[in-house]
Amino acid sequence: MDIEHKRVEIRWHGRGGQGTVTASIILAEAAIYQGKYAQAYPEFGAERRGAPVRAYTRISEEPIYSRAPIINPDVVVILDPSLDKKLCIEGLKPNGIVILNSGRSLDILRKELGSGVKIARIDATKIALEIIKAPFVNMAMLGAIARVIPIVDIKYIEEAIRESFRARVAEANIQAMRRAFEEVEF
Amino acid sequence: MENSIWKRIPLNSNYAAAYGAKDSDVDVVAAYPITPQTPAVEKIADFISNGELNAEMIHVESEHSAMSACIGAAAVGARTFTATSAQGLELMHELLHIASGLRLPIVMAVASRALSAPLSIWGDYSDVINIRDTSWIILIASTAQEVYDSIIQAYKIAEDPDVLLPVVVAYDGFMMSHTYELVYVAKNPEIFRDYIPKKVNWTILNVEKPITMGAVANPDWYYEFKYQQVLAMKRSYSVIKNSAKEFEKRYGRSYDTVEVYNNGGKIAVLTYGGLFGTVVEAIDYMNKQGTQITGIKLRLFRPFPLQEIRKVIEDLKMLIVIDRAISFGAPIEGTVAMEISALLHRESIDIPIYSYIASIGQRTTTEEDIIGIVKDAVKLFESGKRISESIYWGVRE
Repeated sequence: MDIEHKRVEIRWHGRGGQGTVTASIILAEAAIYQGKYAQAYPEFGAERRGAPVRAYTRISEEPIYSRAPIINPDVVVILDPSLDKKLCIEGLKPNGIVILNSGRSLDILRKELGSGVKIARIDATKIALEIIKAPFVNMAMLGAIARVIPIVDIKYIEEAIRESFRARVAEANIQAMRRAFEEVEF
Repeated sequence: MENSIWKRIPLNSNYAAAYGAKDSDVDVVAAYPITPQTPAVEKIADFISNGELNAEMIHVESEHSAMSACIGAAAVGARTFTATSAQGLELMHELLHIASGLRLPIVMAVASRALSAPLSIWGDYSDVINIRDTSWIILIASTAQEVYDSIIQAYKIAEDPDVLLPVVVAYDGFMMSHTYELVYVAKNPEIFRDYIPKKVNWTILNVEKPITMGAVANPDWYYEFKYQQVLAMKRSYSVIKNSAKEFEKRYGRSYDTVEVYNNGGKIAVLTYGGLFGTVVEAIDYMNKQGTQITGIKLRLFRPFPLQEIRKVIEDLKMLIVIDRAISFGAPIEGTVAMEISALLHRESIDIPIYSYIASIGQRTTTEEDIIGIVKDAVKLFESGKRISESIYWGVRE
């Protein structure tokens, strides 16, 4: 995290249909509702179900000018356990953190990714299937992020979710987000 | 700035364009969907369906018809809006000349996109640069806030009785059209009513007083019609400046035809659209490293802001221009670089210009690329090389 610029750069990796882009936007919206500056944009060309998708979120205390893709993120979020994790964390800053949707333990994930990478894990698929009754893991990932890197207050994420979804869907999404906030391990 | 007047919300530039049209209280919108513009008119359809905007949405079967419908609507005095991209703008092309020739104050948002073939849905400015000779005023925004504000200003400019020319407000396809960022929009659009009052200052079709529009002009008169457009385009320059000044006075956000970042450097990088933001951050980095670089943003492409450009470049040691479209076969293939070269020659100013082409078809262009371009140009300059051709940054030859 760039303390000097008070800026956090997040890169999202998921598959089309999981809500990767939506989550990247909701996080930026929440930061804006909280009074910060934020920017979110997807990498285009793969808007198909199942295809790997990337998205970016920048959050800062100061105005953001750059529109370049995030090559050296502070945080990598991986929504789909079947993606190549090593490929996803390419360019991650030395003190950066990777937040994964995984049913595996932290120890196993640490062995897989090697030392020198801070890891947070949440079984977002389990939460999504239980609460939303569909594998939309993006809301759980938002909850995990809010806990691991406290740059956006959870109440603004709730506000952004309510702005984006119909009331019934929003409440299930908020529930999934809150549960991940409680259960994330890091 | 969240207060009684402004609402602080996340918007992408497409939505900012839609909010700009809504808050300008447009009467007619005719559009055809094309990536990456589509969400702009979808949002307007939302505004109409939920009652926030009282306007007629005309669904057409092509962009050719979209612009035709806009021409018809403006010709009866409606405040008219449309939006498009790339091939859609190309399909409109002949109508663009008709809209300006009939002196109709239509406003159009363009989410700028590369032209086919090969097919590319991604952003560059090939489409916008292609319409430079259509007698449309062309503003290029570099933030979503600027898109919103510029759409509102565009009606002020277009409907001015000294101008009566259509206006394009362009912004980067995807890199802006789909990027969410902070925008202040009016809580109550009524605040714009005095700035852009609905006065029909142009000649319209009226059954009480029938006229013919767009009739044939024989060789004894066609020339004069075109000359009137030349004069209108010239007069628009001060109207554009004054519209921005009045906007600032009323609403607090300032814009100019050319904007400068980190003034005072002897080396400057000039570009347009969203890429300027990346240039700004590259400049911050280089300044920290001890190299003072000035950033110049071209906000107005037509009419070309000669006086302003002259003012900001005349004391430079060298100028780097990054163009985002290719003018095939031109003496300098970067269009803006070529136009500035012509200006410098005309004014007998001797500053080496280095013309770079970048981000074609949205080829990734980072701060490192901007720094690389500056280093490359400085090296050429210091070795005494003047390059008359455009340099294609990052291309595989």
